[in-house]
Amino acid sequence: MSLFLGLAAQAAEAASAPVAQESGSIPFLIVGLWVLLLSIFVGFEVIQKVPPTLHTPLMSGSNAISGITIVGSLYCVGNDYPLSAGIFGVIAILCAMINVVGGFVVTDRMLGMFHAKGGKK
Amino acid sequence: MISMTNVVELAYMASSLLFVLGILKLGKVKTAKQGNLWAAYGMALAIGATMLLLITRGDWSPREGEWTYQSHALALGAMALGSVIGWWMAVKVPMTSMPEFVAFFNGLGGSASMFVGLAEVPRAVERGQTLSSEGADFAVAVILAVLIGAVTLTGSLVAYAKLAGKLNKNRIGPLGSQGFNVVLGLVCIGAGAWGGFFAADPMGLWLSNGLLTLGSLLLGLGLTLPIGGADMPVAIALLNSYSGIAGMTTGFILKNNLLIVSGSLVGASGIILTQIMCKAMNRSLANVLVGGMGEAAGGGGSKDEGYTKVKSTSAEELAAVLDAASSVIFVPGYGLAVAQAQHKVRELAGLLEKKGCQVRYAIHPVAGRMPGHMNILLAEADVPYEQLYELDRINDDFKNTDVVVVLGANDVCNPAATNDPKSPIAGMPVLTVWDARTVVVVKRSLASGYAGIRNELFQMDNSLMFLADAKKALEDTITELKAL
Repeated sequence: MSLFLGLAAQAAEAASAPVAQESGSIPFLIVGLWVLLLSIFVGFEVIQKVPPTLHTPLMSGSNAISGITIVGSLYCVGNDYPLSAGIFGVIAILCAMINVVGGFVVTDRMLGMFHAKGGKK
Repeated sequence: MISMTNVVELAYMASSLLFVLGILKLGKVKTAKQGNLWAAYGMALAIGATMLLLITRGDWSPREGEWTYQSHALALGAMALGSVIGWWMAVKVPMTSMPEFVAFFNGLGGSASMFVGLAEVPRAVERGQTLSSEGADFAVAVILAVLIGAVTLTGSLVAYAKLAGKLNKNRIGPLGSQGFNVVLGLVCIGAGAWGGFFAADPMGLWLSNGLLTLGSLLLGLGLTLPIGGADMPVAIALLNSYSGIAGMTTGFILKNNLLIVSGSLVGASGIILTQIMCKAMNRSLANVLVGGMGEAAGGGGSKDEGYTKVKSTSAEELAAVLDAASSVIFVPGYGLAVAQAQHKVRELAGLLEKKGCQVRYAIHPVAGRMPGHMNILLAEADVPYEQLYELDRINDDFKNTDVVVVLGANDVCNPAATNDPKSPIAGMPVLTVWDARTVVVVKRSLASGYAGIRNELFQMDNSLMFLADAKKALEDTITELKAL
């Protein structure tokens, strides 16, 4: 697994360089597909061994991560977009933010209940 | 050269790393809480970096008309409001309603992706060009973000309603039939192709993308409605995966690697969970999506299915049986969640442990309404997680156990799965509770479970039926046990 993580990190580094410098030699689609491919590998590797006890927190935690679209919605209220797009952006921000905060807090609450015998509480 | 764009790109890289490490840590009980926190830090970093970029490059400064000031104030307001609502809901929700709230949050995530996709429409209108003028891949990404985001939204809302018990229909008009889903799918493809590649005038762009949105929203309803209540663990896991995939497609719209990385992480995790759930039910994903077998048989029904030699028992007898036992295994099911009896189980277990009895819990992978549902409920009642056993680890131990108490579970301990090759659940891994010396089944009635089939366990020689609500039954048993 550390091999996959290493690969992904390298790829992400290599991939982000041309984008940031806008050299334009490699189209974003190709870079994006590389990143996608490696992230899926990392995802499969990381999640495969999670015990059933943690399935619910894993799901609600990853659900909160899917609220990352908040980043996308923030761009939509920028000056790159016409004002009418900003309306979609604001609704998206509201929804994504509920998803993010709600998801992380609920996961934290659930995990707070797990404890070993003779542990605290 | 260090530009702001590069700094932000590095911050995005760091938050991707935090997400991966966070999920990695979420996979172990000891580090799970920390893992969730790391993922949350990653999210905060990503949001902070994005705002920094937008502010420094003048994206959030007023343009003509001073309108933007207001839209940015609105954006910040939406963030604050969303945080408050999300936090409030997360703190308020009782642990038993966790499945439906995860579904609800998931739907909101999907809708955010849908709106990010739709925000490209007014932009294309302003340019007066097709969406594909920014590249065919861009147009496809927009269409997919709207399509998958909308399906996630309405699909999750159906899952929410079904889990909360507010909806038990498999059809609403034509919605829910496979034929109509195909029609909707074709409408979406048609509208998507028109809106992405051909429409360049404002009217055409709005109309086509509006049609795509509407079609996708209906498709989400149509795809989730036929899925039976017992198959909800699969449905939620799959919808979770969709919300990740929708987020990933917005990464291709905005040319943002962070969105691609986190979206596909979530997508992959959802798919793996879906696979695990299907395996636990010995069914294919296609079979689950088309609609459960039990639904076809009328969703169980309340008939007594002609059981002839059922032995009934009472709280008094159960207390006596438990008192004499030196090892007890509890098998919780959805009935336990409905009756909110998890604290009572814990109390009873505590009494038994004080008498020197070994207490364990056997958890079937699909017990309850979402993956790992029972573990959460029992954790809420302070049951140490070392006492929770998965199917593989406990099945061999039933034969050395004095008493098994089945609490509101049915299909997950049906012997037909192992000894009747013609049964609809044949081959499904089940808990072999009948190997124990005595099995007490606490259940409200003799009605069949979601699979809609009879359970021979109920009339085996060593099993006793305690027909009552799980919470009431446990309360009475505790009283009797204390009186002994």
